[in-house]
Amino acid sequence: MTSIRVVLPVHLRNLARTGKEVTVSVPGDGVTQRAVLDALELAYPVLLGTIRDRQTGKRRAFVRFYACEQDLSNEPPDAPLPAAVTAALAAGAEPFLVVGAMAGG
Amino acid sequence: MTQVRVLAGTRKGAFVLTSDEKREKWSVTGPHFGGWEIYHLKGSPVNPDRIYASQNTGWFGQLIQRSDDGGLTWEPVGNDFSYAGASDEQGPGTHLWYDGTPKPWEFKRVWHLEPSKTDPDTVFAGAEDAALFKSVDGGVSWTELTGLRKHPTGPSWQPGAGGLCPHTIILQEPRIYVAISAAGTLRSDDGGETWRVINKGLLSDGIPDPDAEAGHCVHHVEAHPTKPDTLFMQKHWDVMRSDDAGENWHEISGNLPSDFGFPIGVHPHEAETLYVVPITSDSLHYPPDGALKVWRSRTGGNEWEPLTNGLPQRDCYVNVYRDAMSIDTLDEAGIYFGTTGGQVYVSPDSGDTWEPIVRDLPAVLSVEVQVLP
Repeated sequence: MTSIRVVLPVHLRNLARTGKEVTVSVPGDGVTQRAVLDALELAYPVLLGTIRDRQTGKRRAFVRFYACEQDLSNEPPDAPLPAAVTAALAAGAEPFLVVGAMAGG
Repeated sequence: MTQVRVLAGTRKGAFVLTSDEKREKWSVTGPHFGGWEIYHLKGSPVNPDRIYASQNTGWFGQLIQRSDDGGLTWEPVGNDFSYAGASDEQGPGTHLWYDGTPKPWEFKRVWHLEPSKTDPDTVFAGAEDAALFKSVDGGVSWTELTGLRKHPTGPSWQPGAGGLCPHTIILQEPRIYVAISAAGTLRSDDGGETWRVINKGLLSDGIPDPDAEAGHCVHHVEAHPTKPDTLFMQKHWDVMRSDDAGENWHEISGNLPSDFGFPIGVHPHEAETLYVVPITSDSLHYPPDGALKVWRSRTGGNEWEPLTNGLPQRDCYVNVYRDAMSIDTLDEAGIYFGTTGGQVYVSPDSGDTWEPIVRDLPAVLSVEVQVLP
């Protein structure tokens, strides 16, 4: 089990009735985008459908994922995150950022 | 003491406006769900403190919120609007896209929520693209009534500019009416299992076949509560009426300055008294001559009178959306409507005089009124 810090955008914080940052437990040692999001939705079911489409499981178009100053949004959801990112997340040195994209003109 | 509660959904949150039966002094709470688009809120006729709200943004998708205390507090309930067949090999089926190609049905947002008249836990949701969902557990879980979208004309339905939106749900269970832009109006006589299109008499420019079964851009439909077979429709162009449960429609635009518009309202105690808000045209979504006028017919249509007392008669270029008009059931009926300019107006005397309850909300998407004992 790996503890991961996750930072949420303000609308999702309000929805989850939590602070800016939450900590979720990801099973096993390997950290993938899907594992982090599954753990997040398990802890906060109200976030189901707000980050990933309920039907397809795909990232919603205007939601992005970052960690360690890297854009992970388009990484395959089941691919292990880069080793340095995994190490920083697992150590709690860096958070996994869920971001509402700048959009709307 | 009797209380009146107005539920306003806006581009940036929900607002609850309350008054006593005089409807002169109002208190305002909100925004609830600030920053989110609230397409529609509606209370249960059985338990008025049970209110459902459709909450959406392009960023974070669709949520349904439920209140059990008249809008003071809210709980998110279910938001799984999975289309039947979507996860199967054959897929959900297709409708027609703007370019004339088939496009798979896809959930986008809930436009309208219609609580049951008999059970506070039962509520229907009209979802873009053109799907009807039902919940019997207070919005926690949703099941698609697939007969609507699977109607034989479904593959030919094409979205209007606002999307393939089912914006009108009229419950006379087991009879249900649904109107979809730009498919038309459909009726089910078996609780939503099977449907038939009821568009005979609708004439729409842009549809080459004047007898086209589907493809009509219906903007809103209302039924009178005591004459359930009588329906009134504001179409893209034309105000229409049916006296036989939608089997046949005829035009009642009469002397309106424009028969383009979005909402239509029916007086709760006078079956032949109607309200519309004419808009200049489909490309000029504001009132003719910059003067905001509600038009009232007391003859069931064709003969209309402008209602202007208290409404801006110059430099007014707002629109009034299809779900943004509502009428209360007090003896002297109150008429309410919201504008894209953020005003919510009330007339406590059936339209003779008007006053703004609020002037500066975000663009108003929907208005519903409740009378509380």
